[in-house]
Amino acid sequence: MSDWRLMARQLARNPLSLMGIIIIVIFIIIAIFAPLIAPAPEGHLNPYMIPRDGYVATPQPPSQNHIFGTTEGQYDIFYGVIWGARSAFRVALVVISITLLVGITLGSLAGYFGGVLDEIIMRITDIFLAFPTLILAMAIVAAMGPSLRSVMIALTAVWWPSYARLIRGDILQVREEDYIEASRGLGASSGRVIVRHVLPNAIYPCLIMASLDIGAVVLSAAALSFLGLGVPEGYADWGQLTSFARNWMVGPPGNPFKYWYAVITPGAFILFFVLGWNLLGDAFRDILDPRLARR
Amino acid sequence: MELRAYILRRLLLLIPVLFGITLFIFGITMLFSPIARASLYIRDVRQLQDLPAVIERYGLDHPFIVQYGTWLGQVLQGNLGWSKVASMPVWDAIWHFLPATLEIAIFATPLIILTGIFFGTTAAAHKDKPLDHGTRVAAILGWSLPSFWLGLVLIMIFYGFFRGFLPPGRLSIQMDILVNSAAFTRYTHINTIDAILNLNGPVLLDALRHVVLPVVTVSVINMAFIMRLMRSSMLEALGKGYILTARAKGLAERIVVNKHARRNALIPVITVSGYLFAALANGMVITETIFRYKGIGWWAWMAASNLDIPSVLGFAMFSAFIFVLVNLVVDILYTRVDPRVKLGEAVQ
Repeated sequence: MSDWRLMARQLARNPLSLMGIIIIVIFIIIAIFAPLIAPAPEGHLNPYMIPRDGYVATPQPPSQNHIFGTTEGQYDIFYGVIWGARSAFRVALVVISITLLVGITLGSLAGYFGGVLDEIIMRITDIFLAFPTLILAMAIVAAMGPSLRSVMIALTAVWWPSYARLIRGDILQVREEDYIEASRGLGASSGRVIVRHVLPNAIYPCLIMASLDIGAVVLSAAALSFLGLGVPEGYADWGQLTSFARNWMVGPPGNPFKYWYAVITPGAFILFFVLGWNLLGDAFRDILDPRLARR
Repeated sequence: MELRAYILRRLLLLIPVLFGITLFIFGITMLFSPIARASLYIRDVRQLQDLPAVIERYGLDHPFIVQYGTWLGQVLQGNLGWSKVASMPVWDAIWHFLPATLEIAIFATPLIILTGIFFGTTAAAHKDKPLDHGTRVAAILGWSLPSFWLGLVLIMIFYGFFRGFLPPGRLSIQMDILVNSAAFTRYTHINTIDAILNLNGPVLLDALRHVVLPVVTVSVINMAFIMRLMRSSMLEALGKGYILTARAKGLAERIVVNKHARRNALIPVITVSGYLFAALANGMVITETIFRYKGIGWWAWMAASNLDIPSVLGFAMFSAFIFVLVNLVVDILYTRVDPRVKLGEAVQ
């Protein structure tokens, strides 16, 4: 595993990737300690629903009670962005793990057995890959009815084909190795060969891609929520908080930036979250791409 | 492979793609009970009693295959159904909303490609210098920007702070009345082009003021994408033997970079332009929604948020059709740029 240690050292040495790691760690801490940072008021049933302070439409500026202010409908922005970090990780982890499971299963079947099965699975991935992802996800959510569950299903549906592709390519290589032949010669079943010998040697690129996709998944989920096709109203979600600001982009004459806090804060959280993962991903790509090896 | 046979084969591929996508989306809508789907046809609580009649009339309780078959039969006869949100047939709606989307695309596409290639080349030519780090950080930042948020911030600044300087929508009210009057001929329904053809300065200016922010919003993330790709592709090209030869011959660095390296570095960039189109299509939905720029993306959003399934299906088929077409053009273009590649191998 010295490869991993080498990679970790390279990541820590590069200022950009180091910054990425720091940003990600901060978000992980926020997500874990959300109940302490922004405790739910007493008697609040679902902590993922943002508490409201009245029902006035106009956003209210930061104050003692609401340090980031309140957005349209008096949802507390601070509570929303803190718990939003939790929902972001939740969506990302659920989507990525199901995606991995589906992608790896179908990709390995296609790659290992080849033939008709390969042809069918790969043509299905063609259909999915041949399509703008957000649009397909939007169509799926529209058909299933807007909800967090629909968003997760839609994102999984549009994301698995790229993993299936990736793992299939790696398996095609590993399949030809001598140790696979040897284990088959010893009489191991196909299932055992795949799970014990092929997958462990082909899975790493997929896992790396999956971890770096967290930012992209969160960005897509936020876009769907922003379009009103995601979480229920009042759910702690950065995309939805941003969409609450849509009627308040322009302040009254003489004070055009009056509602800046409602517009800027939720979006900035999305930006930094995605930025963290992309900084890390960019460094990873350089390390993994031997053509660009830094001399 | 012969060009005509290749094009035909690729167009035939459209059939399973369209079939798969519609079957999939149609299948999901079937998860709803017939009553839920019938309620989309009524407008009023008083019509609730009509639900059984609606189910009966549209055959909403028939087996899935029968319903999909009926729908497919209609489509094959050229009937894509009725778009509830556009109050016109889906087919007409596509043509009604397309010009607005094209209006953004004709500005955004060259902007993305030219700036992406320029900055990518510059960064690679100055590898590990401040210029390289600067463009690189800018690219990662642009790549991470949520475009819906960028749009809101741009409106806040250029519409709010600069009092109405760059407004949302497609045209201001007076200009909208003017372009729809007899004094103005609408050739393409793309406002800027029509304004030029009518030699109408004020309309052109007004249309441009409305299109700037949507173009910027949809371009930033894609510019970053092309820039990153161009940089790594240039770095690879600059390491090749023929560059060493060119430099050894004493050619000016500018010529080596712009002629020898860049031409070869462009090849991978062309292959991803199909992907660029998909990204642009995604961006259009968000951008047009924020700026109330009523194009295809806006219509798709309206349809999706109002459960207007015929429109969603029509839009999905239209996007898939264009997407396959774009990829076909890209593949043919690829063989022209790189004669070593034969048609049919270009995809890899």
